[in-house]
Amino acid sequence: MTNRRVFLRNSALAMVGAGTAPLWLQRALCAAGTRTGRKKILVAIFQRGAADGLNVVVPHGEQAYYALRPTIAIPRPSLTIDRRDDSAINLDGFFGLHPSLAPLKPLFDQQHLAIIDAVGSPDPTRSHFDAQDYMESGTPGLKATESGWMNRALGKPVGKPSPVRAVALGPTLPRTLRGGQSAVSIQSIGAFQVRDQQAAMEFQHMYEASKDPVMQATARETFEAMSMLQSIQRQAYTPAAGADYPRAPLGESLKQIAQLIKSDVGMEMAFADITNWDHHVNEVGQKASEGQLAVLLRTFGQALSAFWTDMGDRMEDVAVVTMSEFGRTARENGNRGTDHGHANCMFAMGGDIRGGKVYGKWPGLEREQLYEGRDLALTTDFRDVLGELVSRHTGNPSLAGVFPGYDPKFLGLV
Amino acid sequence: MRRKALWGLGVLVVLAAYPGMAVYATKTADSASFSKQISKDDRILQALNRLTFGARPGDAAQVKAMGLKKWIDRQLHPDRIPENATLLEKLKPFDSLTMAADEMVRNYPAPQIVRQMAAGQIPFPTDPDRRMMIQKLVKRAETKQGDGVPPLPNAPNPQALAAVLTPPEIRALRTGTPQDRLAALEAMPHEKQDDVIGALPQQMRQALFVAAPMELRRRIELTAGPAQVVSRDLQESKILRAVYSNRQLDEVLADFWFNHFNVFMDKGADRYLTTEYERDSIRPHVLGRFRDLLEATAKSPAMLFYLDNWQSVGPNAPQALRGVPNVQRRGLNENYGRELLELHTLGVEGGYTQKDVTEVARCFTGWSIDQPQRGGSFRFAPRLHDNGEKIVLGVKIPAGGGERDGEKVLDIVAHHPSTAHFISTKLAQRFVADDPPAALVERMAQTFLKTDGDLRAVMQTMLESKEFWSEGAYRSKMKSPLEVVVSAVRASNGNVDFATALVRQVAELGEPLYRKQEPTGYSNSSREWMNTAGLMARMNFALQLSGNKVPGVMVDKAANGADTALGSPEFQKR
Repeated sequence: MTNRRVFLRNSALAMVGAGTAPLWLQRALCAAGTRTGRKKILVAIFQRGAADGLNVVVPHGEQAYYALRPTIAIPRPSLTIDRRDDSAINLDGFFGLHPSLAPLKPLFDQQHLAIIDAVGSPDPTRSHFDAQDYMESGTPGLKATESGWMNRALGKPVGKPSPVRAVALGPTLPRTLRGGQSAVSIQSIGAFQVRDQQAAMEFQHMYEASKDPVMQATARETFEAMSMLQSIQRQAYTPAAGADYPRAPLGESLKQIAQLIKSDVGMEMAFADITNWDHHVNEVGQKASEGQLAVLLRTFGQALSAFWTDMGDRMEDVAVVTMSEFGRTARENGNRGTDHGHANCMFAMGGDIRGGKVYGKWPGLEREQLYEGRDLALTTDFRDVLGELVSRHTGNPSLAGVFPGYDPKFLGLV
Repeated sequence: MRRKALWGLGVLVVLAAYPGMAVYATKTADSASFSKQISKDDRILQALNRLTFGARPGDAAQVKAMGLKKWIDRQLHPDRIPENATLLEKLKPFDSLTMAADEMVRNYPAPQIVRQMAAGQIPFPTDPDRRMMIQKLVKRAETKQGDGVPPLPNAPNPQALAAVLTPPEIRALRTGTPQDRLAALEAMPHEKQDDVIGALPQQMRQALFVAAPMELRRRIELTAGPAQVVSRDLQESKILRAVYSNRQLDEVLADFWFNHFNVFMDKGADRYLTTEYERDSIRPHVLGRFRDLLEATAKSPAMLFYLDNWQSVGPNAPQALRGVPNVQRRGLNENYGRELLELHTLGVEGGYTQKDVTEVARCFTGWSIDQPQRGGSFRFAPRLHDNGEKIVLGVKIPAGGGERDGEKVLDIVAHHPSTAHFISTKLAQRFVADDPPAALVERMAQTFLKTDGDLRAVMQTMLESKEFWSEGAYRSKMKSPLEVVVSAVRASNGNVDFATALVRQVAELGEPLYRKQEPTGYSNSSREWMNTAGLMARMNFALQLSGNKVPGVMVDKAANGADTALGSPEFQKR
């Protein structure tokens, strides 16, 4: 199956004669209709390792939350200045943000950031690997799906597709973006080049002649992306408005995504991930602002907020959505940590996002309300969120191909 | 619908533009391709591609001369193969590799250990040279503490250079050829050298490092940050072994099994526990019994720490019931229990429930570590153990079993048919094909069950199968980053003086060694490594290596012909 699909992609590229058109023409084609008919862009961020949603979006109005987590609950919002950094940031009287996410509070207040709670994959697995796989393929419970939801959401390109139409930042191409449509992984824009021109040509010929169609197609994508990126990799990128990306992989990734968007190279989908959310021990330190989760959320919040600042007006075209494979146990485990659970939270941020609200039905945390007696129950399917963004934000009319066998119910996010 | 239309279009274009490839499109890795046998010469290449880290010039001829069957048999009995003297010589300076973890902690102390030594809580190392160096670190830490700066023995201090050297001496170290700078440093007495190295800015230190002989390189590493030496030794020795070892299959299997029972070196105490983990828990068992391998990992401080079991406390354990004040460790931690079933033994579809995960976790309560931060060892802590009755996968484990509870779980899962199947599938994926034929996996699983999990016998079944020597398997796998980097060095007869740059290359290609955070380990599948970022990095690595621009490595330019050969599509496969 892989062979056949990549094969298709291969031949489709061959038909339009990619790689032969001059660079200016390629860019013109790819950026067709800039400004007026500019394409919408979707950015997905995966928090690998299962983030503890209950400590990210804190249900501080729920008594049971504090009963279940005697040592690691995030304290109720505080009005006293000296305790503010160590307690939840109130959102709506019931929910609050982890104090490390302070940079996101203004975005929520300006209604550009929406939160979806008690959301996730309906599949009951508590395996990181399977749950990530299901969320990335967009088909919970179905292992045979070869492509990722984001690749399917790209749809068939109109006219000549940009070689960087879909980009993942990092050394490998994540499951989310694999599939029949062309998608590239890039470690860094600046380093994405063969350093020797002559050798680059030789490599290009070699791979063109490869009998392995997957290898051949991947190499073609590599060289096309390389020529597309050549023009922008010579200039050093300075984020706008003093946006301060954290010095961490997610900060670097989002900075490069911002650069790609602002360069108008025809990018429509982007993917980045942030790892290390599997906090079985020392999730929370002696204070809420300490411990593994606090450190990670600081990076996460700063990166998103810097991206927002950097993008400025261009955020009108962009939606960012975050997800994590599952949530964690409602009860803390004994080591100031939590074990694998079920429902979680998601963030959606963008110019056309109707933010300032926590979406989704709250299932409660009393024993009989918990999923299998231990985890936050799920009331919203993650495909409802992704489906709405794909449909209403990027304007893809056919969700049936993106989430086969599922009919997403929109929440009114866009 | 859209796909269907595209498919039709695709076929048309395919037939028109790539007539040769239409054949490929219909050729899937089906049973036919796994029964069609490869030629005699290709069998030798297949063996070298799969059972070694890549052929060196002349390897194929040697295997042919010895006879393939005999060569394989020797690889399956690595203790019968004399080890390469060059490798042993190159490994000599890496003394952390043979140390016990607690020894390592003292000889290569992290900042907090240095502080504890200063406070007299931990003895200094006995080696006088090492002792001197660490006492110096202590002194440096104390001086800085006096200034109100937090003690950070790892961080060089730029102003410090002027304190230990005269301006002409600094100039000599800053300018001139690498050899000139080296001579300037070597002219100083040992004690002063350490001070100077400690004070050098990062860049100058790097320039010296590249030019320095082995002994001085190690001094530089040590002075710059003793704790880092431990992980560098482990990473560099992995590359050196993969490049030079005569026991190639043993190395391939050590990589496979470490990855199967993955631990993450950067998680706290695992910095000092990973070396002995690979050495004592993984390596001795890669061709032994699975049950032994499993228990070695289960009782290893590295795994107990990585998957948090050392802190897991049974809800009915004496400590939990008594509610010892100031001890927060009061509950079950499921992390190890789950990964044991999902990743180490049964596989995610192996037929266990959430209830089984919890019961297994209860059985393992009390399997702990004595002083993990000081390189401690396995300890069963009865106070943490839940001594009640448990039921694991339908088997009753009676109350009062203590440490035996965990061992019983290992007995149950090690002999479970799902484990036989899961382990066989993973081995076949590594050695035969991404989607190995079910019949082969079944035969390997049968061997596993019949031989009480004898891993050598399972390998033999695989190596005697028609599938291993079939067209479906031949050259079907994409090399992992480690495989592509090491095989490139081997193919070009490279001499590795030091492997730091190669370690970095493997990381840049997407596989930082001993640094896979997730317990899944790195993917066994070619798909993972087939992407644009990876190809780009591979092409650039090939050019660098062939042009002798990778520090520490010298290759034979004539071995490959064109500089691009190691970056070719053919070379990415095995």
